[in-house]
Formats: sequence, C-alpha cells, structure tokens
Amino acid sequence: MKSILLSSTLIVGAYVTIAGAAGTQASAAELTLCWAAWDPANALVELSKDFEAKSGNTMKFEFVPWPNFADRMLNELNSGGKLCDLMIGDSQWIGGAAENGQYIKLNDFFDKEGIKMSDFIPATVVGYAEWPKNTPNYWALPAFGDVVGWTYRKDWFSRPELQAEFKQKYGRDLGVPKTFAELKDIAEFFQGRKIDGKTVYGAAIYTERGSEGITMGAMDVLYSFGFEYGNPKKAYELDGFVNSADAIKGLEFYKALYDCCTPPGHSDAYMSEDIDAYKSGQVALQMNFAFTWPGIHVDANVGGDKSGYFANPAGPTGIQFAQLGGQGISVVAASDKQQEALDYIKWFAQPEIQKKWWSLGGYSALRSVVEDPGFATSQPYAQTFLDSMAIVKDFWAEPSYASLLQASQKRFHDYVVAKQGTAKDALDGLAEDWKDIFEDEGKY
Amino acid sequence: MSSYSVTEPSARQKWFAGSLVVLYAIITLLPLIWIIGTGFKSPSDAIAYPPKTFFQPTLEGYVNLFTTRTRVTEEQLKQMGEPTTWYDRLVRKDGLIIAGPSRFSERFYNSVIIGFGSTVLCIVLGTAAAYAFSRFKVPLKDDLLFFILSTRMMPPIAVAIPIFLMFRSLGLNDTHAGMILLYTAVNLSLSVWLLKGFIDEIPIEYEEAALIDGYTRFQAFYKVVLPQAATGIASTAIFCLIFAWNEYAFAVLLTSGNAQTAPPFIPTIIGVGGQDWPAVAAGATLFLVPVMVFTILLRKHLLRGITFGAVRK
Amino acid sequence: MLHSSIDRAAQATPPPVAQRIKGLSDRAIAWIFVAPSIVLLLAINIFPLIWTIRLSFTNFRVNRPNEPVQFVGLRNYLNILTDEDIWLTMQATAHFLIWTIVLQVLIGFSLAYLINKKFRGNDLWTTIIVLPMMLSPAVVGNFWTFLYQPQIGLFNYAVGFLTGADPSSFSMIGDTALAPWSIIIVDTWMWTPFVMLICLAGLRSIPSSIYEAAECDRASSWRQFWTITVPMVLPFLMLAILFRGIENFKMFDLVVQLTGGGPGSITELTSINLKREAFEKWRTGYASAYAVILFVTVFGLASIYVKALNKVKQR
Repeated sequence: MKSILLSSTLIVGAYVTIAGAAGTQASAAELTLCWAAWDPANALVELSKDFEAKSGNTMKFEFVPWPNFADRMLNELNSGGKLCDLMIGDSQWIGGAAENGQYIKLNDFFDKEGIKMSDFIPATVVGYAEWPKNTPNYWALPAFGDVVGWTYRKDWFSRPELQAEFKQKYGRDLGVPKTFAELKDIAEFFQGRKIDGKTVYGAAIYTERGSEGITMGAMDVLYSFGFEYGNPKKAYELDGFVNSADAIKGLEFYKALYDCCTPPGHSDAYMSEDIDAYKSGQVALQMNFAFTWPGIHVDANVGGDKSGYFANPAGPTGIQFAQLGGQGISVVAASDKQQEALDYIKWFAQPEIQKKWWSLGGYSALRSVVEDPGFATSQPYAQTFLDSMAIVKDFWAEPSYASLLQASQKRFHDYVVAKQGTAKDALDGLAEDWKDIFEDEGKY
Repeated sequence: MSSYSVTEPSARQKWFAGSLVVLYAIITLLPLIWIIGTGFKSPSDAIAYPPKTFFQPTLEGYVNLFTTRTRVTEEQLKQMGEPTTWYDRLVRKDGLIIAGPSRFSERFYNSVIIGFGSTVLCIVLGTAAAYAFSRFKVPLKDDLLFFILSTRMMPPIAVAIPIFLMFRSLGLNDTHAGMILLYTAVNLSLSVWLLKGFIDEIPIEYEEAALIDGYTRFQAFYKVVLPQAATGIASTAIFCLIFAWNEYAFAVLLTSGNAQTAPPFIPTIIGVGGQDWPAVAAGATLFLVPVMVFTILLRKHLLRGITFGAVRK
Repeated sequence: MLHSSIDRAAQATPPPVAQRIKGLSDRAIAWIFVAPSIVLLLAINIFPLIWTIRLSFTNFRVNRPNEPVQFVGLRNYLNILTDEDIWLTMQATAHFLIWTIVLQVLIGFSLAYLINKKFRGNDLWTTIIVLPMMLSPAVVGNFWTFLYQPQIGLFNYAVGFLTGADPSSFSMIGDTALAPWSIIIVDTWMWTPFVMLICLAGLRSIPSSIYEAAECDRASSWRQFWTITVPMVLPFLMLAILFRGIENFKMFDLVVQLTGGGPGSITELTSINLKREAFEKWRTGYASAYAVILFVTVFGLASIYVKALNKVKQR
C-alpha cells in the first residue's frame, strides 16, 4: 500500500513539474486579474493577448463562478491577499473597497494618462467607478457594462396558431411586452403549454438565495413599481420608500410571477440556471443580464432568429428601470505590481481596444464605441443593450453592502419562495433590517 | 436445548437477511453509480427527461473538466483548419475551441500536497505523543488526552474566525504550509487516540527486553515499537488523509487561487452557460476513486478509525 | 472503553529497567514526544479560542481596518440570545439532528442485525454499504442538487416511478415542507453505515453463551432480543449517537452545497448562519460571540451525554 501511495505522489509530482516549467518562462511581470467565471471573461483572455504581446508582461486569470464570486473575492480583499493585482469587482463593492483602502484611487493616474471619465457612459461611471457616488473620486475604470433585460423565443411568438389563440384570449397581439402585466400574461399563456411535444413554461427569473440572485431579480420589478432606496431628499430615510404601497405591489407581483410561471424546481435559480432553462427550450421568456445575449445569439438550439431581446418593461404607472450589473476594473492596493496593473488599465482604455472588446462579446462602456452609428445594428441585441443602459438603477454600494444584501436576500426569499408572511411584512422587515445596519454604522 | 445452535441462524433467516441487505446496498449505491455514469454522458444526455439509463458514452465531461473552452465564430473555426486531436474534435462540434487547461489539475495537486503533507506531519507528531502517553507517566495524562479529543468537537466555522485572523497576520492565508498545519492540528486528536490504542496493544515485554540488551529508549522506540505498529500507523495515516482530502469548510474560507483544494472547486465547475454536470461528475469521480480504494483496503480497521479508537473490533 | 488502557500503560516501565537505560530520562523523553503536539494544538486551537473570547466582547470587523475597536461588554451575547432568527436556526439544527439520528439508528441497527446473521458474502456487502460515508460531503451535496432536480433528477424520477406521482410536481429543495427532509435524506444516506458498523461491533461483542443460557431458560426470541441484544448493544449505540450528534451539530459542508440554507431560511443550520455573519457580513465580534455560544452548547451537551453514557456502561 505504501508503494501505491508513493508512486501516485511521484506521478502527480512529475506532472506538476512539467506543467510548472512550461508556464513560467517569461521574465517580465506576471499579473493576475480576478473576475467572475463567465463568457465575457473568456473573451477578455482573448483580448489580453494583445497586451501581453505589447508589454511583455504575462497575464494570469483567476475566474470564480458567480455564486461564489463575492464571497471569495471579498474574502481575498479583506484578508489582504496578494492573489489579485487587478480586480474586476462587482459594482456594489466599491464603497467598502474605497473606504477600507483595498483599491487604489485612480484620479491622478487618469489625469496623467489623459483618460477622461466623460468618455464613458454616465451610468457606468457612477455605478462602477465613483465613491462616494456623484463625486469625482474614481476607484475603477468602467470595464463591462451590464444590465438586466429579457430574452424571448421569437420563433414561438411568431407561430400563427399561437398568435391567434393569444389574440383571442387577451385581445392584443402576441409580441414584446411593454408592461410587467403584459409580461405576466405572456408567461401564463406559455406556462404548461405543449410545444413540439414538449411541455414548456413561462419565464425563468432570478430566485437564488445564496449570493444576490433574488434581490437582483425582484429589484427589477420593484424599481418599476415605484420602490425607492430611501427619501431622495434625505439620505438614509427608508420608511415609506423601501416599504411603500407601490413597492409592496411590486414584490407581490414578483411572487405571483414565480408562482404562476416558472419551470419546476426553479427555487434557487440565478444566471446559469436561467440560461440552462432557456437554452434547453423550457421557457418562453428569460430574465438575465445582457452578458448572456452573445452566447444565446450563437446557440445551436435557440440562437439566431429564434431569440429576441427586450429591455425591462414598465410598471403600472409607466416608470421603467432596470437593475444595473457590470463592473469596473480596479488595482488592488495589496498588490506589489501596481505599476504594471495600471499599464493594463491604460492599455484597456484605448478606443481601438474597447472596439475590439465589443466585437469579442464584451460590453464596452466607452461612449465612442456605443455611440458609433453602426453600433445599434451591429448585433441584434445591441439596441436593447443601449435602451437598457439608459434606465439603470443599482443596489446599495455602501461599505455595508454585504449585510444590506443579506437582509434583502433573506426577506425576499422567505416571502417569494418559502411563502412566509406577506409582502408588507417582508418590506417592513427589510426597512427595519437596513435601518439597524445604518444605525450600526452611525449613518441613520 | 433445541437442536440448532442459537448463534447460528437458519438458512432461511440468512437468505432473508442477505436479500434485505443486498437490496439496501443496491439502493445506496445508485447515487454513486449515477455520479460515475453522468461523467460519461454528453451535456444534453445528462439533463435529458426522463433521465437516461442507457446512453452513448463520451469523454466530453472529462475533456471539459481539464480544459477551458471559448466560443469562436464559424469563420474563425474554418480558418483554424482541421482539429489535430480527438479532444479538439470533441469540443469543436459545439463551436468551441480549447483555450487552455482548467484549474482542476492544480486543485487536485493541492489536495494531494496538503493531504499527504498534513498526514505525514500528523503521523510523526501523533506517533511520538501516542508512544509517550502509552508508555510513560505523563502528568495530567487523562486531562491532556481529553483536551486533545475535545479540539475535534468545535464547529470548523467557529474556529475559522480567529484562524483567519491569525493566518492573515502570519501570511499563511492561501498557502500550502498554512493548510498543512491546520489539517495536522485538526487530525492530531484522531492520530493520537488511534495510535495510542495500537501501541497499547504491543506487549511491553519486547521493549523491556531491548532495554536490557542495552538499547536506549529512542532505539527501542525506533527499532522495536515502530515496526510493530506499522499496520496501525498505515491505517491511521489513511484516516488522516481521507479527512484532509474531503475537508471543505476550512478550504473554502482560507484558500483561494493558490492553495485551494478540490472539494471547494468541484462544485464550481461550470460550462459555457450553466453548470456542466458531466464535468462536475467527472471531477467528482476522479476525486472519489482514491477514497473508495482506501475504504476497501481499510475495511478491517474502519470501525476503529471512525470512532477514534473507541470501538476496537 | 476510552480509558481502559490508561491504567495498564501507567504501570509500564518498572523502575529497575528505567534506571539502567542510557540516554535521556523517561520523563524528558515523554515531554519531548508530547510537547510538539501540545504546542501545535495550543497554537491552532487554544490560542484562537482565547482570541475568539476576547473578540466576542468587541465590535471588531475584519473588513473595517480603519475603524476603532470598541469594547461592548455583553452586548453581542445579548443580541444573539434575543435574536429570533438565531433561535430559528437552532430549531432547524435540532430538527435535522433529531431526525437524522432517529433514522440512522433505526436503519443502521436493523442493517447490523441483518448482517450479523452472517449470510454468505456479508463482508463484501458491508464494505459496499460503507462507501458513501467515506466521500467528500461537499462534493456529494453538490451532486445531490442534480439528483433532486424535478424531471431530470434521478431522485424525483425514482419517486415518480414508484408512486406514480409526476416527477416535476414536487421539488425537494425548493419546497418549504420538503427541504428539511432533503438534507435529512442525504445525511442518512451518507451516515447510516457509520451507525451500522458500531452496532455490528456491539452485536458481535455479545458472547453466544448468554443466548445459549437464555435458550435453556426457554426465553422467547422476542424476549431475548429485548433483554439481551438491546441492553448489550446500547452502550455502542449511545456512542454512535454521540459521534453523530457532534458531527451534525457542526454540519456545514453538505447542507451548504445542497440547499445553501434555503428556501428562505428553512434549512439554515447554525453553522451556515454563523458563516454568513462571520464571512459574508464580516461582523467579526458578533460572530465570535456566536461561536463561543456554540462551543459552550456543544461541550455542555456532550459532557452531560458522556456522563449518561458512563452510567449505562457501568450497569
């Protein structure tokens, strides 16, 4: 037995030595970039080859899947780890990372290199780069624009027999919904229907409990129903805004949508589960971040003309918002290779690189790319992306964001999925939780 | 007295008992077989409804486990020419190309290094301590032994908070050395208790004879006791290894890019889009195989190992 | 059982031999051999424990290095003990603990009883049955989410096949009523063999002469079972319960991968809740107090239980 153990160690050891020798030939700096493991990250690997060729530095990547991304990376930042030199961190981390000195401030660097924030989509600058919000203090360069929107099965929507049936039932054409009420009608229409011999369902929405899923989903609806994070005139005054009558209606709607129109077992779904449900032809509608669209467009089952895209619909009063996603790229303060990391950002900010970034499937936030006359027609989802980016709203980006998010995850999941209490209980409780957190911080 | 021995059940009883146990064993094996089988399914077969029992086996899961892939357009694909290897061919079918190796082999290697490293250290420290507890009058022996055992009762998450802080200030976060020390400390209780039991069973007369022959204590320990305890040490080592191999809570909290082991990694394997079940299953299978082999090798000492030596049989 | 050999060991090394040997004294060797282990345990177990206790009286947060650390007295403890959500996680843990132990004891004992009939090949089948408990709980938990998926999962399909229910009509992980059972089922699948092995050792330790004597007294086999088998196996069974109890009180990896505490907070066991406080909200001081409360609970319960166990053994 001992010899078995020994020889297996030797084999593995030998393998690693070979792999190690092959990987560390370059003499220049080796930069590690940390991001989520998803399609855009693979595109960035491709894009970065240009940087490697030009600078002589080598790029290493640490990609963590979304459900573990915040956990792992915030752990990394809080432990002062040196794993990441560059961090494409989520938009809501910026407050904590700025106040605790985990990212370096980029204002001087931007001034020196002539990088102007006015060249980027305003919503992304506020969302990804600024802390405190709406002040010219920059901690990141907008790297990847993202926003929640919807995908629908264009091929099913255009079937004459379904169109006729829908029209008869609802008195209007089966098409892209303009309001959430219309969206629910469509979802109900498809729920349990047999299409090509397979039972299909209405909509794949976000219900994940562990990280941020259900909050990102429910907020999409809540914003458009009139939810506010607080009194616009008085910071941190939550009562009557977080739990306003309109917000309660929004949350009730989200639960109704979950109850009526989601596929079986859809109780813990986030981006990847929704993609799975949509790509396997289970659902007619899918809520998901825009990053999924390039992958859907080229998918063998649902790609091309089979899918269409639309921005988050309006609420009952016509207000229309969408949950902001996306990230900025920052330099980690604990890194020993800050200069090389800044070089990477400088390279990344160039217009031609940003253009290439878009062509590889990365949503550039640079205005010269998205305002190019050819942009809107360059891909079938490009216009929807622009429309969506115009109506974004983001979650708290406070240093206590993780606690604020935990509270909403629990309250929303308890109500929507675990069927406990009423929407009013959930939002009253949420306002209370958030108030406690801000009191703890001395902000309330 | 009746004609049959009561300790020897009748043939019918045996048959009945046997078939119930076999039935249970088959049911309990099903999930395991399903894991192994899913590793050889294509992604679409893996999520087929109803679940497929028979399918065309493919190595896609294993290829996906060891590689990262990226999507390319059809023109790009055409420009690249014919695939040169079987695994290239396999992924190009889905419009993908292999971008590079995945992190799985690194994670597996970390598991091996940390698992074996902590096991060796744990056995060295544990054998010494167990020998001392077994053969000498150690002051407060019972208290020390209980103290050693009690360290195993604490929930890992609770212990992890100060360890996280301590490792951060010592620079041990996300290092092999840190994880080896930690797993050694966690396993030490098991190792001391088990080895003490094994050493207790070695007749003390052997050492006495050696001492009379002029051996020093160290020599007696080294030349007489250790060879006698070899089987016990081997099985203790495997138990320590299995624990370190399977551990998750500390690994997920204290390691990331550098020293992460396989258990926190396997559940995060995703494909293009959603969770890549065949690749997850392939990773799980490769990770489970060593443990299964050890279980079979260990079956005689199993009980002793899992009960800290409290039950000997 | 645990201390049986200590007395014997204490009589080791009769003085005449010890005086004649060369080199270091026994006492010195004993310390050299024990010290490294004790030092390591002090460094990685005791020192952190003391640190935790100290932190538990402060408002320290790991992710706020720039904020002053304040002494808050017993506030963290009071907040935890008056927090309803924490009592709910305690209830979820108790539900999980009780049901897993009940099921594992029933099934594990029955299996051991059957295996003890010594049918042909019982060794082989015992080894097969034992396999699940040697696996990594996190990896297993993750894969069970797949087995539990409505429609495509093996579990729902098998239940549908046996009962005629539509496999997509229920979701073990998503349904509030079923989710607590989803974790109990997997834990029982994994750990029943553990209880079985210990029971088997207990059954095999009963000398057959006792049964033979009972047979002479014409005791029915039912009576033999309750007056001989059960009492003789009981100390073993209690030991198995102790081990399972401690393990499941600490339960984290399997459940966090399987349900992540959901739906809502239905399966949020204390370890998962503690992890959220300590490593997601980063309320280090508060989480330290939480950890101390858990220590005290587990030690308190375990020592009461060990006392009871010793009484049973003495009978």
